[in-house]
Amino acid sequence: MVTFGWPEAFFIVRAAGWTLLLTAVAFLIGGLMGGVLAILRLSRIKLLRRLAAGYILVIQSIPVLMVLFMSYYGLSLFGVELPPFFAASASLAIYVSAYLAEIWRGSIESVPFQQWEASASLAHSPAQTYRYVILPQAIRISLPPTVGFLVQLVKNTSIVSVVGFVELSRAGQLVNNATFQPFQIFTLVAAIYFAICFPLSRLSRHLEKVMNASRPH
Amino acid sequence: MRYQFQFEAVFAEADRILNGVLLTIGLSFGAIVLGLALAVLLVAAKSLFGRWVGMLVDAYVELMRNTPFLVQLFMMFFGLPLIGIRMSGTEAALLAMTLNLGAYATEIIRAGVDSIHRSQIEAGLSLAMTKRQVFQYVVLMPALARVWPALSSQFVLMLLASSICSFISVPELSGTAAIIEQNTFRSFETYIVVTLIYLALALSLKVSLLWLGRRIFPRLSSLDRLDAKAEAA
Repeated sequence: MVTFGWPEAFFIVRAAGWTLLLTAVAFLIGGLMGGVLAILRLSRIKLLRRLAAGYILVIQSIPVLMVLFMSYYGLSLFGVELPPFFAASASLAIYVSAYLAEIWRGSIESVPFQQWEASASLAHSPAQTYRYVILPQAIRISLPPTVGFLVQLVKNTSIVSVVGFVELSRAGQLVNNATFQPFQIFTLVAAIYFAICFPLSRLSRHLEKVMNASRPH
Repeated sequence: MRYQFQFEAVFAEADRILNGVLLTIGLSFGAIVLGLALAVLLVAAKSLFGRWVGMLVDAYVELMRNTPFLVQLFMMFFGLPLIGIRMSGTEAALLAMTLNLGAYATEIIRAGVDSIHRSQIEAGLSLAMTKRQVFQYVVLMPALARVWPALSSQFVLMLLASSICSFISVPELSGTAAIIEQNTFRSFETYIVVTLIYLALALSLKVSLLWLGRRIFPRLSSLDRLDAKAEAA
């Protein structure tokens, strides 16, 4: 009978690395997609606005688990046998893109419209307006909610264990199946998630305070 | 190779799907009602009792908000029986959902309560309202009205997160999907149907909560106007 000891604990801690890697990859790809979606959402062309809004609404209204299953089984229909890591990061990226697009759209919209006019009056092109006037301000505004969302992402990586990818919670499950000491094991797993998420939550709150310092209350 | 979609096999299991939908709705509704009640109690406890209670509530909220729902679910389902608390999967799911939603709702309602100005409470007390009346009519209801949109989206997120309960074999909507998939081998069709049902459920919940908010908090819009006036002044 295997008991929960150092090798098992080490196995779980090492799996946390996969959780972090998955978070990073999903955040990078999802962030790129989300940025494009946010700008489409604010486009002058109605069709583009509608399409982006529709995508965001749908993805935000279905469970991440379903996105995962759909991409996992959907891709295998076309004969694409992706390793679990790719299927997992692809579906997490889709999930991330919808939420970040909404957060960033809000941030861009909260830059006063006079800034757009001022930029236009300096003969900036739309791209220049975004690059030099809007984005530098919008990014400051978007930092606290973006870091806050990162916490959600770290936690949601836990569900990709269902396609057989061994990250932190899957490692916990595997060790539990062998040793059946759920209390110790899942306490360790929860503690590792907490050690990742809590500092991020505090950072988000800190940024919120710093960014709102000028606002009267 | 062209894939032949076969939805008939999935639709043949309509009864099972309906039961799954009902369990998903039941779990979500139960978690929303119980979680909201828990959150109101915790916020009240935090403002009525001393620092220690407040710190305990904060610890609970931070613990829940910074660990995955899946791990909380495993704790309830695998961990609690070891200390003698035996539960079925569905009960463990409802408990985990309630505790999870309770933590988020506590944080949201606390923000609403913080936005109520001290002078409002003093005004209430000077009108000879009891402490309880002040808490209910001056603090809680206006606070809830202000944070209702945030609460609503948290409720929708909980509905979506209820799909994770299938990990401990709860036969709610996504658990049902897993069963149908095993019976029919039509994985993609099953998940298309189930995803569309989730979409319909989430959108209906969103609309109902919007409607409910207007019904329970008729002063919601007038409150906003007051805020706007205060900011302009």
